[in-house]
Amino acid sequence: MNPKLTDLEAPAKNVGKARAHVSQNEGLIFEQSAPGKRGMELPPLDVPAVDPAKALGSEFTRDAIEGFPEVSEIEVIRHFTRLSTWNYAIDLGMYPLGSCTMKYNPRVNEFVARLDGLASEHPEQPAEVSQGCLRILHDLQKCLLSITGMDAATLQPAAGAQGELTGLLMIRAYLESQGNPRHKVLIPDSAHGTNPASVVIAGYEVQNIKSNSRGQIDTDHLREFVTGDVAALMLTNPSTLGVFEERIAEIAAILHERGALLYMDGANMNALAGVTRPGDFGVDVMHLNLHKTFSTPHGGGGPGAGPVLAKKILEPFLPIPVVVQKPDGTYTLDHNRPKSVGRVRAFAGNFGVLLRALAYTLAYGPGIRQATEDAVLNANYIRKNLEPYFDLPYNLPSMHEVVFSDARQKVRGVNTMDIAKRLIDYGFHPYTTAFPLIVPGAMMIEPTESESKQECDLFIDAMRSIAAEADATPDLVKTAPHATRVGRLDEVAAARKPILRWKSA
Amino acid sequence: MRYLPKSPSERQEMLAAIGTRSIEELFTSIPEKFRLRAPLDLPGPLSEAEIIQYFQTRAAENSRGYVSFLGAGVYQHLRSVAADALLQRGEFLTSYTPYQAEFAQGTLTAIFEFQTLMCQITGQEVANASMYDGSTALTEAVLMAERLTSRRHVLVARSVHPEYRQVLHTYAKNLGLEIEEIGYTASGQIDRAALKPDTLARAAAVVVQSPNFFGVLEEIPALAETAHASGALLVSAITEAVSLGIVRPPAEADIVAMEGQAFGIPPSYGGPYVGVIATREKFVRQMPGRLAGQTTDAAGNRGFVLTLATREQHIRREKATSNICTNEALYALAATIHLCLIGKEGLREQALQNLAKARFAQSELEKIPGVRRVFSGPTFNEFSLEFPRSVKMINAELLKEKIIGPFALGMQYPEHTKRAVICVTETTPRAEIERFAAAVRRILERPV
Amino acid sequence: MYPADYRYTKDHEWIKVQGDIGTIGITDYAQQELGDVVFVDAPKVGAKLAPGKSFGSVESVKAVSEIYSPVSGEVTETNPLLVDTPEKINTDPHSAAWLIKLKLADPKEVASLMDAAAYEAYIAEQTKEHSA
Repeated sequence: MNPKLTDLEAPAKNVGKARAHVSQNEGLIFEQSAPGKRGMELPPLDVPAVDPAKALGSEFTRDAIEGFPEVSEIEVIRHFTRLSTWNYAIDLGMYPLGSCTMKYNPRVNEFVARLDGLASEHPEQPAEVSQGCLRILHDLQKCLLSITGMDAATLQPAAGAQGELTGLLMIRAYLESQGNPRHKVLIPDSAHGTNPASVVIAGYEVQNIKSNSRGQIDTDHLREFVTGDVAALMLTNPSTLGVFEERIAEIAAILHERGALLYMDGANMNALAGVTRPGDFGVDVMHLNLHKTFSTPHGGGGPGAGPVLAKKILEPFLPIPVVVQKPDGTYTLDHNRPKSVGRVRAFAGNFGVLLRALAYTLAYGPGIRQATEDAVLNANYIRKNLEPYFDLPYNLPSMHEVVFSDARQKVRGVNTMDIAKRLIDYGFHPYTTAFPLIVPGAMMIEPTESESKQECDLFIDAMRSIAAEADATPDLVKTAPHATRVGRLDEVAAARKPILRWKSA
Repeated sequence: MRYLPKSPSERQEMLAAIGTRSIEELFTSIPEKFRLRAPLDLPGPLSEAEIIQYFQTRAAENSRGYVSFLGAGVYQHLRSVAADALLQRGEFLTSYTPYQAEFAQGTLTAIFEFQTLMCQITGQEVANASMYDGSTALTEAVLMAERLTSRRHVLVARSVHPEYRQVLHTYAKNLGLEIEEIGYTASGQIDRAALKPDTLARAAAVVVQSPNFFGVLEEIPALAETAHASGALLVSAITEAVSLGIVRPPAEADIVAMEGQAFGIPPSYGGPYVGVIATREKFVRQMPGRLAGQTTDAAGNRGFVLTLATREQHIRREKATSNICTNEALYALAATIHLCLIGKEGLREQALQNLAKARFAQSELEKIPGVRRVFSGPTFNEFSLEFPRSVKMINAELLKEKIIGPFALGMQYPEHTKRAVICVTETTPRAEIERFAAAVRRILERPV
Repeated sequence: MYPADYRYTKDHEWIKVQGDIGTIGITDYAQQELGDVVFVDAPKVGAKLAPGKSFGSVESVKAVSEIYSPVSGEVTETNPLLVDTPEKINTDPHSAAWLIKLKLADPKEVASLMDAAAYEAYIAEQTKEHSA
């Protein structure tokens, strides 16, 4: 069925910074497959061929894989290029996802990660021919220690959640060495879901503590909870409301008095780098998300890296291996650490992510403070400009992100998800919805330092315009997005009768 | 600074709009005594050219120009320029986890294709959108088996990658999981006689790897039968995924934990790679990690969403199946693109080349007096050999000739001093294999 | 709305008693709060339950609601209808979409639960708190 010419003639209208344009249709790669096509050829075999059935025994071999793709190089290029145009990305504009720190991913980092002599290196090769890799890891450790004010580092954890687990295991090992690992870890109700999940894997029980009416830790309340059975408090600072815990020193003191430790979730380090150091305000152990604060690309969900930084007392418990510099100036991986919590993943860590984070840090040097200042400036600028239009449930000073709620739009039947989806039509990725849990209808906005004043202004215009629409034409917002290839997808059907793979007809 | 898009006057304008005089005022919620006075002690700032210079210098301090016979969980395989070019498209590289499905159909469609490819390759019914790596995928598979069986005893073959086992021990320690290690026979395969019915009856899972750390293939169907007879599950790890181009997939296993690095992902000194968990459909609700599923919009257009999210930490918190959040989406995409390019015939041809080259290398090395094969079981592109002298010494000598020798087993397996696992892939030219064999011969011929 | 012969809990389960068999489900209020139900995790027949003990969960796309037993007893039956059509909980929570049947250990326990009038007053209070 061909569309009528008149359908195609209507010129697209500008909506804020965006205008709809044609995107290519594309099926699944399996649907383009035909016997005999291929997209990659191998150099000819230069040794005698072997019959697998004879070499392995026919009970160990398989036939060609049923339904496996057979496509040419140009088809693969077009397929994935077309798919890519269906995504939003930082390279296209602001990505105001609160607590995700979607900042610019410098291209030079991609270039250096691919260098022959870095990308090509095998993790089990001898230290004599790995000095470059080890030096990179050691240099990054030094930078991260300097930024956080901590004493010891491991770069091994594969992501933030694994960093949390590693830090908790170190706390447990330390307390065990003191005679009692204790049973509980305290977590504020504003925490990321990974915190309680990590606590359980570390063999601890979660005890939730409520934030006070200002969204901060209530220190009197905390005093009651910190018994001799509490191993640690896991705290995100700034909190997921984007607010600095003003009584952080008192919080640390309450814990330390009773022999408990302070764990800091460094997810929001982008508000602090160069301005203040967790090591100075009483934190005993923390992790960083290099795919947030340190600009490594998010890649549609990962990879990340979750280095853990700790105070001296926790150093003996770092996971193996630890990168060390020997007296002669060379570097090596130290496996001989009897008090270590063990290994948390194979090999020395997500090296490719770690080296990108070092490239980012080297680009700024001490100037990293400017990035922090710009991130906080952007968040406050957006807050100031949107405050007249949206409900601000907690009125404390914002750092790198601001959390509004949909309370005012809710009366018109428009919720945070509707507003988020409508942002798509204006050419912006939605902000974070439904988190933190302590704010019903949360709208969590984190612009990062990567946004110009112009981009911030466009975002503010879009949000104001949607606020007006929510009032005048709520249905327009409730049914958004209208400009995407697909409308709102039926998530209920997807979960009731899951289709998780393609099958040949 | 080149990454920051604001002029000094724009900063002033924004401060004025906020109603503050200085940037300092925006940080007053941080107690004054904790605010830094002096600049951080950091190298830099560096220009782009200086950054490239720094990393090129580091690269020169590594093994550029060396040939390697290391496998042990990480493999040098062919990669295509087209795959890397696609991977660097900003729309993939710089996008977030696809929670907002309408604006992330590219990533979601690719994940759905990845899940499908992983099912086809492993012979399983469902696969997730990726785990950190093979080692953590294996640990998560074991935890999954524990949830499915409500049993806390785990039987792990000693021929599973030593570092994978170490990770499992780290996680198991505080969860009350008992890990029992099972030895191997002269074939190099798990000692099935050591899998006693009474232990199996308490076991959540039997855990093997195939090809295992010694390079030997395990008899998956028979092991599955043994495990299932006592109500235990079979968990099968795979570190060399290219083997599945010709090796029978572990379809009888209940959970497969795979490292996907072999599918076009560079070694990068240990990561990032891509872990995979694949399993039976009926176990999907105990699976960790993200899943993409197919659905439609109101107009009937096909689309994909993240689904069955109630298993995950952001919803179920302390009761979640795992604490995993970030995965390895970009490298799942890399593997997907690579597999589409190499395709059905290519993957088979690649696996055949690995087998042929490894057999050639093995026969060249076995010609050297005193060098002999350790295990009798079938092998793919890795095989274990015993040398008449210390592997450490041989490797040190090889290094002088720009050859990175095989993985010495002695550190991890004290019973295997003088033994090593040699890996040869399609990327190792015949001439290098011959140079390696000649060098080993020369080293062994030298007087002690 | 809420059947007069049922008893109710503060966690929004209902129980209907016939002889020494109790039938348990979640209330209309609970299903509305949860939204479209996509999955029901039911216990095994033979499982022993105690008052306030979680025995399973009902899931929507983005939420999980634990189900707690109002009384003690042993599970005798689970609802086969919910395996393939969990959405029945949204349309018929008080009847066809029952979750489990159990043999009551102590039929007297039921007396301590809310009756329909008390439960309606309780949810009216809840609704007021929510909108406050």
